[in-house]
Amino acid sequence: MAWPLIKLMPEKTNFKFVRFAFFAAFLSIVAVTGSFVSMFTGGFRDNPIEVFQHAQGDPLARLGAVMGRGFNLGIDFRGGTLLEITAPQSIDGGAIKHALSGLNFGDVEVQGVSGRQADGLFHTMVQFQTPGNNPNAVIESVKQHVQTVVPGVQFSRVEAVSGKVSEELFGNGLIALGLAILLMLIYIAFRFEFQFGMGAVFALFHDTILTLGLFSVLRLEFTLTIIAALLTIIGYSMNDTVVVFDRLRENLKKYKRMSLADVIDLSTNETLSRTMITSLTALLSAIALWTVGGETLRGFAIAMTFGIVIGTYSSIYVAAPAILLWHSRRGRGPNQETAPAVVEGAR
Amino acid sequence: MLQLPRWRVILVIVVAIFAAFTTAPNLLPPSARAMIPPFLPHSPMNLGLDLQGGSHLLLEIDTSGLERGQVDSLRQQVGSALREAQPQILRSAPTAAGGVVTTKLNNPADLQRAMQALRPIARNPDGGDDLITFTSQPDGTITARYTPVALQQSARRAADQSIKVIRSRIDPNGTSEVSIVRQGDDRIVVQAPGVSDPEELKQRIGKTALMTFNLVPTNVQITDPSRPPPGTFIAGPYPGVGNTAALVESHPQFTGEHLTRARVSTDGQTGQIVIAFQLDATGTRLFCRISREHTGDQFAILLDNQVLTAPRINEPICGGSGQISGSFDAKSASDLVLMLNAGALPAPLTVIEQRTVDATLGRDAIESGSKATIYASIAVVVFMALAYGLFGLMAILALIVNMGMIIGAMSIGGATLTLPGIAGLVLTIGMAVDANVLIYERMREEQRHGRSAAMSIDAGFARAMVTIIDSHLTQFLAALILFQFGEGPVKGFAWTLSIGCITSVITATFVTQTLVAIWFRLTRPKHLPI
Repeated sequence: MAWPLIKLMPEKTNFKFVRFAFFAAFLSIVAVTGSFVSMFTGGFRDNPIEVFQHAQGDPLARLGAVMGRGFNLGIDFRGGTLLEITAPQSIDGGAIKHALSGLNFGDVEVQGVSGRQADGLFHTMVQFQTPGNNPNAVIESVKQHVQTVVPGVQFSRVEAVSGKVSEELFGNGLIALGLAILLMLIYIAFRFEFQFGMGAVFALFHDTILTLGLFSVLRLEFTLTIIAALLTIIGYSMNDTVVVFDRLRENLKKYKRMSLADVIDLSTNETLSRTMITSLTALLSAIALWTVGGETLRGFAIAMTFGIVIGTYSSIYVAAPAILLWHSRRGRGPNQETAPAVVEGAR
Repeated sequence: MLQLPRWRVILVIVVAIFAAFTTAPNLLPPSARAMIPPFLPHSPMNLGLDLQGGSHLLLEIDTSGLERGQVDSLRQQVGSALREAQPQILRSAPTAAGGVVTTKLNNPADLQRAMQALRPIARNPDGGDDLITFTSQPDGTITARYTPVALQQSARRAADQSIKVIRSRIDPNGTSEVSIVRQGDDRIVVQAPGVSDPEELKQRIGKTALMTFNLVPTNVQITDPSRPPPGTFIAGPYPGVGNTAALVESHPQFTGEHLTRARVSTDGQTGQIVIAFQLDATGTRLFCRISREHTGDQFAILLDNQVLTAPRINEPICGGSGQISGSFDAKSASDLVLMLNAGALPAPLTVIEQRTVDATLGRDAIESGSKATIYASIAVVVFMALAYGLFGLMAILALIVNMGMIIGAMSIGGATLTLPGIAGLVLTIGMAVDANVLIYERMREEQRHGRSAAMSIDAGFARAMVTIIDSHLTQFLAALILFQFGEGPVKGFAWTLSIGCITSVITATFVTQTLVAIWFRLTRPKHLPI
């Protein structure tokens, strides 16, 4: 059978991942630091000390205010109301903003979805704050004002989340992320060794923080589904890491005299083809979601696409090399130059 | 590995057929669905509100109001327990403030006796820990407060009771698909598919209704139904339960807060179905007086000013319990009992979250979701075929069975498909082939190391298995946390992701393995085309 099989990778690779890991670590540290800075400065836009000083309440609430500006929080996490309006003609966002400015309830965000959608209509999202117990009055008056500037308007989606619920959702989201990472640590420590667990957790923090950083820098809307995406990324990145770890465990038994660094290199190389192919199929799915999955899922798809790339990178450059940071049985071998010979000999 | 026991082949075929039949209802239009024979599964997946359009409301019970009422009743109980002790224990009138009832004994020496007299109040009628904690000080001050568990329980009870009331208000005939469930202790989720205007829903839920007992005035002739005599009004029958309208006095004699329990019973003498009820202490006194004054008169039990029933008072009722006779059958009697027990909302409700999507937007979401699924499928199928050739095609077959199993499992398991759920499905397409990739890459490796075709296949499956289990378990764990965290749409995502995680392990190993074994038997290759 002569099928022109496309091989992504040469049959045998011999990349020195560990040697490169120091440079990768430097890159990762810069990126993680950048993500943190972005989260505290509203995506490099404001001065956190100033925000802190101007915020109300106790220090913790002020810190929350600083962090809150780090993201473009959706109403799930900020509270408020979201209207998705549709009209047969293109919608003038500026006119809506202008019409609502007289209502005097703080920021109104109007964001149009470009072009005619699948239903032949134009869509626009309108977000505003609805403090107090009874948002209905505000929502109704907003609807009336929008009706005057956008003829033939339909309100396709109305979502109102009270401050209490949004705070809980935010807290629960953080707990879920923390819990997921903790569970992974326990699982890996139990199935492998504690050092492996630490390596895996390193990688998970890396992936989570970089994805958060991406959302912070690009001011992408942060909603409930983004938390779902982050949890999926954690699961995916872990899956990738475990495949490398499994091979690492196998090879550690097989090549007892090879240095740990070399075994890590060998295992990563052996699983590299699989890592690439799986990442690619997963990426194909995520990109399909991004391009044709519709407006509502776009943020989710962006997070997934980015997360898959980062998760693949981290399982090669973060998780496995991080094991070297904790002393293992072997430590670093003295004879790196002769290591490939051992591999050949073992075959 | 390469042996091919007949049971395995049969099992794979059965699984594939099962997946096909459970998935089929989702692909057929409703008209064709009606023609599926009744012994086959014919329910498609439930669609979440974000896909079919509808309203989601999260309501919260105002527990502070509830607690105030409870503390007040505790205050009365403490007072009467000490008053009724033999001999009477003298004390200051109990006061209630900040959730705590305080009283001071005139004589601190009575303290021990007082604590004994109060003991029964604390007891939990359902067994278990005490509901109230009493603390005393040497100067004779006694404080009482509900335990956190008791407050939690009563909030939960109030929520359960509110659910009954809400259901009777928005779905009196039990015909619509509204789902009303408690969340946590003091919250209620209302999901109304197809309702794109939540305002009406909220108004019906939020209106304050109270059960009242109003007298039907005697000697009043209704001359003009549109103009009832002053001080009276005409109450219509309560939808679904009541069967009569009545002219009643506007001022109720008595309100439902005094009713402690109603149940369906039968009259000892006539065997007729009746509703037996019990009143609290205040209610007993009040009802005794009213019924003595109005023996022989008719009164009406109203809910939301609509007549539940309008029985006649046959005799004075002073025992705190009585029965209502009327023309009920078992069904209407139990409905009525439910309403009587549920009465008005036990505490005010606030809408703390509201999400409404209209059906058009839902249809659009389904459309773009389907498009993403198709594009992702094509991309993955083409890629797998290019990367692994024949083996890739086997993986694709396994993927098709996998999709069938996910959709089938969700259809018969009653899981809900949401927009993020579709996203989960799309991602699963890309990630499910991972198990196949692991197996195939291992085969390639083994073959490269000079193993025979049969041995490479064997080793490929055997060695990859450990990795597959380990790596999929981690994904499954992450999906489980999503379940715990998410609600609504996100939960739908957790559904597809976790089911997909399980089924992809099954199909990639089991189905692929069988296909590979069949192929191997037929061709006996020396070399794997991989």
